[in-house]
Amino acid sequence: MLRSIPRYLVHLLALLAMAFCLAITMGAARAQTTLLNVSYDPTRELYRDINREFISDWKARTGQTLTIRQSHGGSGSQARSVIDGLNADIVTLALSADIDAIAERTKKLPDQWQKRLPQNSSPYTSTIIFLVRKGNPKGVRDWDDLVKPGIQVITPNPKTSGGARWNYLAAWAFADKLFNKDETKVRDFVGRLLNNVPILDTGARASTNTFTKRGIGDVLLSWENEAFLALKEAGGDQFEILVPSLSILAEPPVALIDANVDTNKTRSAAQAYLEFLYTPKAQAIIAKNFYRPRDAQHVDPKDLVRFPKIELVNIDDAFGGWSKVQQAHFADGGIFDQIYKPGR
Amino acid sequence: MSDIVVAPVPPVHTHRVRSESPMVRACLIGIALAFLGVFLILPLTVVFLEAFANGWQAYIENILETDALAAIRLTLLVAIIAVPLNVIFGVAAAWAVAKFEFRGKNLLISLIDLPFSVSPVISGLVYVLLFGAQGYFGPWLKSHGVEIIFALSGIVLATLFVTFPFVARELIPHMQTLGNNDEEAALTLGASGWQTFVKITLPNVKWSLLYGVLLCNARAMGEFGAVAVVSGKIRGLTTTMPLHIEILFNEYMSAAAFAVASLLALLALVTLAVKTWLEWRFADEIAARSGH
Repeated sequence: MLRSIPRYLVHLLALLAMAFCLAITMGAARAQTTLLNVSYDPTRELYRDINREFISDWKARTGQTLTIRQSHGGSGSQARSVIDGLNADIVTLALSADIDAIAERTKKLPDQWQKRLPQNSSPYTSTIIFLVRKGNPKGVRDWDDLVKPGIQVITPNPKTSGGARWNYLAAWAFADKLFNKDETKVRDFVGRLLNNVPILDTGARASTNTFTKRGIGDVLLSWENEAFLALKEAGGDQFEILVPSLSILAEPPVALIDANVDTNKTRSAAQAYLEFLYTPKAQAIIAKNFYRPRDAQHVDPKDLVRFPKIELVNIDDAFGGWSKVQQAHFADGGIFDQIYKPGR
Repeated sequence: MSDIVVAPVPPVHTHRVRSESPMVRACLIGIALAFLGVFLILPLTVVFLEAFANGWQAYIENILETDALAAIRLTLLVAIIAVPLNVIFGVAAAWAVAKFEFRGKNLLISLIDLPFSVSPVISGLVYVLLFGAQGYFGPWLKSHGVEIIFALSGIVLATLFVTFPFVARELIPHMQTLGNNDEEAALTLGASGWQTFVKITLPNVKWSLLYGVLLCNARAMGEFGAVAVVSGKIRGLTTTMPLHIEILFNEYMSAAAFAVASLLALLALVTLAVKTWLEWRFADEIAARSGH
């Protein structure tokens, strides 16, 4: 037994050697053209379809085999990762403030990035609606039902999630109209709504799971696309969608990170990828995945009739744009921090 | 623990004196079994049931899916790098603590325990703050083309941090109880320091070492929090099995999520089985060594 001991060391060294070989092969696998798309939470299914289509499109055009990698999470935390050095070629986030933050903190893309692509660099739009349990047992109709005592509302944390910021602003816009811009009352309204939230998850998908799989809450404030997807996944007869009287026009923007695509030598593919999102082919995929297309011309009419007509306020008109909103509401010590008092 | 001395079976008459009533005994055993059943067996069963919800075929497909395979490979790779490094560190630290007296020894012991008391999220964030693009060393690393955060190195670092107490913690008490007698005898008989270590110390502690390695390995493969912070969650590239399971679950692919989860659970069960088998196989030897 004593003589066999050094063999342990031999084995250990062999394992280490193997590990290094593996590490090297893994490194080598990155040599072909790879795009990393860092996106927000609900777009997983959308970009899976888009990527498949773009890869074959790109292959037909250039002969290159492209690998597209995806990373998903709350929009704010994804932006944070890119700021901390996540090597994204493309970011497709929930709102422009998150890409603004990347531009401001890293200088890896110009401040005016949003002017580089059509329609505020947002190839599709969406909005915020309600998902309730089948039969709407709590009788929820509109935003003002959400502040009633005893109603549990599920929404993610606006600090980390883009969808949550849209949820919050949609509620704000409703109260703004209801109280005729009386800010004290509006703050009180949104504060009461937030105090009906038992769990603030970090991303939209986590909130959806809290509501659908864990069975917590009476109303889920949700991206329209996310609500439709949840309905589809749950099999139709557990939840229903409620359309509030007023909501917000969400424009999730896309951008390439200049400094990263130049180091990775992926600019042409990244640019083509973003432009591809505006093509009829991609717009049809977008509508199929429950996002509202910019160009409905080639979209299957079946996919279009699903979108309810809602009065939508625009972030620029109602709030003066994202940079202003971000500063006033969601910055440290902003209105959200002032009105959200958990545990009371 | 494998090396704890089992008390010799007491004679029959003391048995009767200490014995509780059959009712109490049945209750205690019942409670223990109920706990095990509810908190261990039931969840494990659910994992496997869900994994096979769509049949064998689907299970195999879910495991052989490209991203799942990449996650499995990455997890094993991280364990293969982190565990040996922890063995080296653990043996060195235990050796130093058990065989020598020096200033700050207690501090060293407390520091070894630190990863147990620090939340894994914090250990991940520390590395982001150190090596992230906005961190202290980030810009320098970037200019030299070294990627740490959101790459393999970061995941290995975070795993090392959360697993490094395991081996040392197993070895220190054992080596302390063994004392220095065997080594001193070897040295007196003319063995070199290295010979003493390889032929005396290592064989003496190999069961604790093995146990530490198994624990360390289980944690290395299963770590979620610290790895989640430094991973960047790039599918098929920087997602370890625990992260991949969460991603799949979030994408409404329960069967796939539980398939990968069952594999992770299986790895843990295999670890346990190996340990039990080794203990059974070398039972005499363990008893003899513990007798020292």
